[in-house]
Amino acid sequence: MLNLKENNVDLIKASAHEIAQAVKSQKITAEQVTQFYLQRIEKLDKEINAFISINPKAIEEAKAVDAKIKAGQTVGTLAGVPVAVKDLLCTEGLKTTAASKILENFIPPYNATVVQNLKNQDAVVLGKTSLDEFAMGSSNETSAFGTVKNPWNPNYVPGGSSGGSGAALASRMAVLAVGTDTGGSIRQPAHFCGVYGIKPTYGRVSRYGIVAYASSLDQAGPMAHSTQDCALMLEAMAGQCRHDNTTSDLKVPEWSKNLNDQVKGLKIGLPKEYFAAQNDEDTKKVIDAAIAKLKSMGAEFVEVEIPLVKYAVPIYYLIATSEASSNLARYDGVRFGHRTDMMANKAKGIDELYSLSRAEGFGPEVKRRIILGTYALSSGYYDAYYQKACQVRRLLRDQFLDAFKKCDVMLNPVTMSPAFKIGERVKSVLEMYMNDIFTTSTNLTGLPGMSVPCGFSKNGLPIGVQLTAKHFDEQTIFNVSYALEKHLEKEVRTPHVI
Amino acid sequence: MISKEDVQKIGQLARLKLSETEVEVLSEQLSNVLKHFEEISKLDTKGVLPLITPSEIAVHLRQDEVIQEVAPEKLVANAPEKSGNLFKVPPVV
Repeated sequence: MLNLKENNVDLIKASAHEIAQAVKSQKITAEQVTQFYLQRIEKLDKEINAFISINPKAIEEAKAVDAKIKAGQTVGTLAGVPVAVKDLLCTEGLKTTAASKILENFIPPYNATVVQNLKNQDAVVLGKTSLDEFAMGSSNETSAFGTVKNPWNPNYVPGGSSGGSGAALASRMAVLAVGTDTGGSIRQPAHFCGVYGIKPTYGRVSRYGIVAYASSLDQAGPMAHSTQDCALMLEAMAGQCRHDNTTSDLKVPEWSKNLNDQVKGLKIGLPKEYFAAQNDEDTKKVIDAAIAKLKSMGAEFVEVEIPLVKYAVPIYYLIATSEASSNLARYDGVRFGHRTDMMANKAKGIDELYSLSRAEGFGPEVKRRIILGTYALSSGYYDAYYQKACQVRRLLRDQFLDAFKKCDVMLNPVTMSPAFKIGERVKSVLEMYMNDIFTTSTNLTGLPGMSVPCGFSKNGLPIGVQLTAKHFDEQTIFNVSYALEKHLEKEVRTPHVI
Repeated sequence: MISKEDVQKIGQLARLKLSETEVEVLSEQLSNVLKHFEEISKLDTKGVLPLITPSEIAVHLRQDEVIQEVAPEKLVANAPEKSGNLFKVPPVV
């Protein structure tokens, strides 16, 4: 293994920005950085299980970045920065499974726009991280390739669905990680793993090449070790895409350069309903400390009301599963993915080909959501479930927009407690779904939301604080996150694998 | 309440073969979940337009041009069964 302080660059602690600078100034090569991280994965991932596959061309890609620098060519903002990519995003020539048996051997013929955008900035893809199957889950326990362990305590879940990305970061097997968030899948694992993670405004980032779960809710976003790295990474990921008509044509701001830790006069809303919930004592303590710090820095706090958030979980699950049942119709055993053995199963005709291939390929949670979604869309139930949920969705968004007339940003818990134990919630479907109570509204309303690590529970598990802002106002979120990162006193802890 | 028969029927609509056990478990679990979800039926949504895309995004129109981005051979490379550049399926008629 390379020295930690290779040429005065402490690779285990260095930010993406620092690594890119060191690579550009040839203090270190992209190859050395990539090698260092691949060795960490080799050493640690047997225990954590964060990666589904490793990019066999990572070293080759790093060498190409070095060659560009040596030749005097301009390189991108993420030159030589090792990135872990959630295995939900298509990577050309590199297996993309969505953590499902049905896509176990799927090799995409193209890159997702997000992946291509990161490569355009000369980032190096280390490998593909695990997730709940098709991003359906809040604990990473539904992955077809084994549960991911939380690096802070291997008996606990890393959260989900981007749990592999969260765990890879927390154990420093990557400098940056791509996550996706349909109902909390970036923010909740970031909170459970003690890292930063932002779900941008719906339309900020292209969904092209991302295995679709619920298209009106899905957004990809960055997960990182600092506010600045998140901002830098989002600048690379975001932008209008000709392959995704829901991307916004707004110019991508230079969030990382415009970071401002001064919050004086900023109005921060505290949603009453989120604070009335049964949040555990450790969570309350961390949230209160964050509020006290921002108050001492001159931020003003106001209480806001969003009564409809108590329906966020039902609206979310009705809409998400409806969209999923339609999106997942493409897995039919014909064009790609698993196909049943017709002979062995004595199957006849196209219908049996479909229904057996799907039965064999999908895991229990995915089946549950397909059935729920198909039911919500079926004749006789469409008006009562899907249509009704979409109507309440508009009312919920209106309440959020009204609340934002009184404040610039909202602050509240990400979930009611820190990470839970592996196996603790698998028995109760409803209990697992209710875990998403504070995160799903952000997707339903399309607002940007971020999880910012702010402290620890008594037993040493990380706790994050959630920030939500108006549509396309990621800058305010980054600024508050930056203020907390720089000024909030918190215990210095690291997982045992560091 | 979603009966075992409902689950069977939905499974057929979704082209998803379910075992007896799966049908039983799903009927119980989803009845429980739907009971909770039905709370939204109490809300007055008369005349409310359903919200589909959550943020304000302008519709972008473009010329309908044919552009080949990925070679057909690459697109069919993942097919479980194929014949040239065509997908093979059991007889459908």
